[in-house]
Amino acid sequence: MANPWVLFLLVPLVKIVVILGVVILLAAYLSFFERKILAYMQIRIGPNRVGPRGWLQPIADALKLFVKEDILPSRAEKFVYMLGPVLVTAPALVVFSVIPFGTGFKLFGAEVTPYLTDVNIGILFILGVSSVGVYGIILGGWASNNKFSLMGGLRSAAQLVSYEVPMGLSVVTVLLMASSLSLVKIVEAQRNSGVWFVFPGFIAFFIYFVCGVAETNRNPFDLPEAESELVAGFHTEYSGMKFAFYFLAEYANMVVISSIATVLFLGGWLPPFPNWLAGVWAAPVFTWIPTVIWNAGWFLVKMFAFLFVYIWFRGTFPRYRFDQLMALGWKVFIPVSLVNLMAVAFGVLLIGGSR
Amino acid sequence: MTEQDNPTAPAETPPQAPAAPKAPWEEKPVTPVLRDARDHALVKEIAAVLPGVVLEAVEFAGQVTATVACARIAEVCRTCKERLGYSFLVDLTAVDWQERPQGRFDVIYWMHRFSDSRRLRLKVNVADGVEVPSVTGVWKVANWMEREVFDMFGIYFSGHPNLERILTWEGFNGHPLRKDFPIEGIDTGAAVYPDVYPPGGGPVAGGEGE
Amino acid sequence: MGDIEAVKPFPDSEEMEISFGPQHPATHGVLRVMVKLDGERIVDAKPIIGYLHRGTEKIFERETYNGAIPHTDRMDYTAAATNNQGLVGAVERMMGITVPPRASYIRMILAELQRIASHIIWLGTHALDIGAQSPFFYTFEEREKILDLYEEYCGARLTLNAMRVGGQPYDLPEGWAARCKTFVDQFPARIAEWERLLTTNRIWKLRTVGVGVISAESAIEWGLTGPPLRGSGVNWDIRKVFPYDHYDEVEFEIPIGAHGDTYDRYLVRMEEMRQSVRIVQQCLARLPEGPVMAKVPKVIKPPKGEIYFSVEGPKGELGYYVVSDGGANPYRLHVRPSCFINLQALPEMVRGQLVADLIAVIGTLDIVLGEIDR
Repeated sequence: MANPWVLFLLVPLVKIVVILGVVILLAAYLSFFERKILAYMQIRIGPNRVGPRGWLQPIADALKLFVKEDILPSRAEKFVYMLGPVLVTAPALVVFSVIPFGTGFKLFGAEVTPYLTDVNIGILFILGVSSVGVYGIILGGWASNNKFSLMGGLRSAAQLVSYEVPMGLSVVTVLLMASSLSLVKIVEAQRNSGVWFVFPGFIAFFIYFVCGVAETNRNPFDLPEAESELVAGFHTEYSGMKFAFYFLAEYANMVVISSIATVLFLGGWLPPFPNWLAGVWAAPVFTWIPTVIWNAGWFLVKMFAFLFVYIWFRGTFPRYRFDQLMALGWKVFIPVSLVNLMAVAFGVLLIGGSR
Repeated sequence: MTEQDNPTAPAETPPQAPAAPKAPWEEKPVTPVLRDARDHALVKEIAAVLPGVVLEAVEFAGQVTATVACARIAEVCRTCKERLGYSFLVDLTAVDWQERPQGRFDVIYWMHRFSDSRRLRLKVNVADGVEVPSVTGVWKVANWMEREVFDMFGIYFSGHPNLERILTWEGFNGHPLRKDFPIEGIDTGAAVYPDVYPPGGGPVAGGEGE
Repeated sequence: MGDIEAVKPFPDSEEMEISFGPQHPATHGVLRVMVKLDGERIVDAKPIIGYLHRGTEKIFERETYNGAIPHTDRMDYTAAATNNQGLVGAVERMMGITVPPRASYIRMILAELQRIASHIIWLGTHALDIGAQSPFFYTFEEREKILDLYEEYCGARLTLNAMRVGGQPYDLPEGWAARCKTFVDQFPARIAEWERLLTTNRIWKLRTVGVGVISAESAIEWGLTGPPLRGSGVNWDIRKVFPYDHYDEVEFEIPIGAHGDTYDRYLVRMEEMRQSVRIVQQCLARLPEGPVMAKVPKVIKPPKGEIYFSVEGPKGELGYYVVSDGGANPYRLHVRPSCFINLQALPEMVRGQLVADLIAVIGTLDIVLGEIDR
């Protein structure tokens, strides 16, 4: 088992396959959960025909999108038009390589970590890679040769760029508190200090999450694809699998934002209040659960709490208008996150970070 | 009691009228009569500010209609709006009297004033092909109404800023609400998608009617 | 249909032109608006209509007076009862027919339920346009109940054809009044629920306050009627000014707005629903016994003459101009379509605002293309 090639190639490959499969399945089922939850919020039943209680609905949707005609508008910029969905989907999936779902564990005598890699600049990697996604939206909107698409692309360019600033600033507060860019270290810092960063950094948390909603083009910030205004925004002309890629990317991005929020602010895979309730979690009722499932379970619970809030937003809020969205971003979130950053910096200086 | 209600029909009689031998709805209906209204207060008002403009005035079912000369309608409307307070144009439409000697069409203006909630109908007789002065300069609301009358009857309004067809399409042949337009419609070619459209983009009137 | 270049509304512009509709999720049917945009700001807008033109006024001329009633259902198909009410009212006044009070009260009940149902559609779709999904489903649940009541009364849910010249074709079914009362008694709680979702919602107010403003003078100049006129602060309702049926016997108030913006029109319509509930409750309480049909000749032949009669439809003043030559068919039957005239003010209301506001204003005008195009 000690063959270095196995550790070097086989394990990462298996992990890639598992993570990709889980993420894609998660994104597909997220759409199912969204439809179901939204349906119950709106006093209707939701999908319930395909499979038991509709559980096979996402599979049917995916099959439908596979076999649908893939329309290429005759006056579209063909190469860019096809590049758009790829540019949007690839970063959304790549980001998962650094998200830690749990601590390492032993499998057949080998040390396995339930994440692909722990980059020491993990959070920078995420911010960098995920901002490539906006190109996919802009290019897709532009290449469609459709005015609605173009407007959707322009809107999303302005929106994503302006909301990345406060989002980045709120992430920096976490970095100050954790003194590390590695996502694993950030979680460990939360374990060591015994408090999740959501409590000292609740302003940053709030700004991060709202900006995250804006970054993923979700209600109430779903202007780039505002159905009642721009038909379907940047993906008006896309059909079949290309549309499915945009769709997948949107839901994968929701998972990304929720995962990062979980890692940065809610202690990642840690059970709630690690130091205070350590006795409870060590009780025999829980200790029989394997560590990896225990950790990943807590991670998923927190992540789904975020995803539920996403869907809840969609069931509740009207849509912002473009100028109001920009005003909110530039006039409220950026100043507040700047001030918050300075306040946290002073706090870290006085109290000391978690080093 | 208002103008809209027929004065001869007491619609608001309480249902338990004890003395009445028979309730009004069990009687044969009493139809309103058409009578001359030259001495009606509303008509006199116009005659006072614009002497000699009212050619004819009738009253039917409590509604007063004053006929004025076609060429002066814009002036009359402006005066009605500015001096008599008819600030609201309720409706503008036309009627086709195909065989009438003194001009084929009636154009109807139905005005309202808020001060005492009275309404007055102006009417002009127009011969086919004669232009009617547009009242879009008086009430903005007349814009689409006149376009509709143009579209449906082919009555031209001089001075209208944008006299285009509104309900049918550019190139439609004929004016549907004229009495000589076949009531079963014409074959517009719109539903069959021919390879070549007839010249003018529309169909031939009364040609291949279904 | 001719090519688009031929009707290009802004011949020499450098701004972006965009054609909203006729197939668009938020144009409430087949409305097409050519919009000239400077970025997101609307430089000019031009509604293009007629995609649903069926020649209803021409069809009227071949129908008898009672035979024309089903065609009125299909004009504003969300408000069939008030459409019927206008036509039969016009013909009755022309013939001097007095409607039995029971029929008159039934008409008022149907018409006010219709006003509620129409406003419900407006609220659901307006909220959907502005991006709030859920109100659509909450409101349509209530509308179903109204449609069930209609179905029980006349068999139809949408195109009611529920009135005749001279009265009502049927009396109320057994227990209908009680079920109607159950509905109207619980309905104000539903309105309050929807208001909790929207009225103080920050985003809702951001999207509606100060959007699509039209002053009272402008509104009169553009011939607006109904909630758009009242939202601008003009106290004007046909039910009060020219009462028909028994509207002068019931108590209700006319809600008016102050600023003439989308939010005020929203408040006006919400209050109108409450007032309609009041009217229905009063009508049910004082519903008299007796016949529902007056003594009417077999063939309806109004005397020679012309009449204009209007009712306060959910969308505004709905008028019928009937010209009779003494025959059994109307010589000319013109409809004053409230939506058609309200829509005309659209460019005035959206100029200088953003694309999103165009959608909000189309929603707040509460148009139905069936009535605009006829």
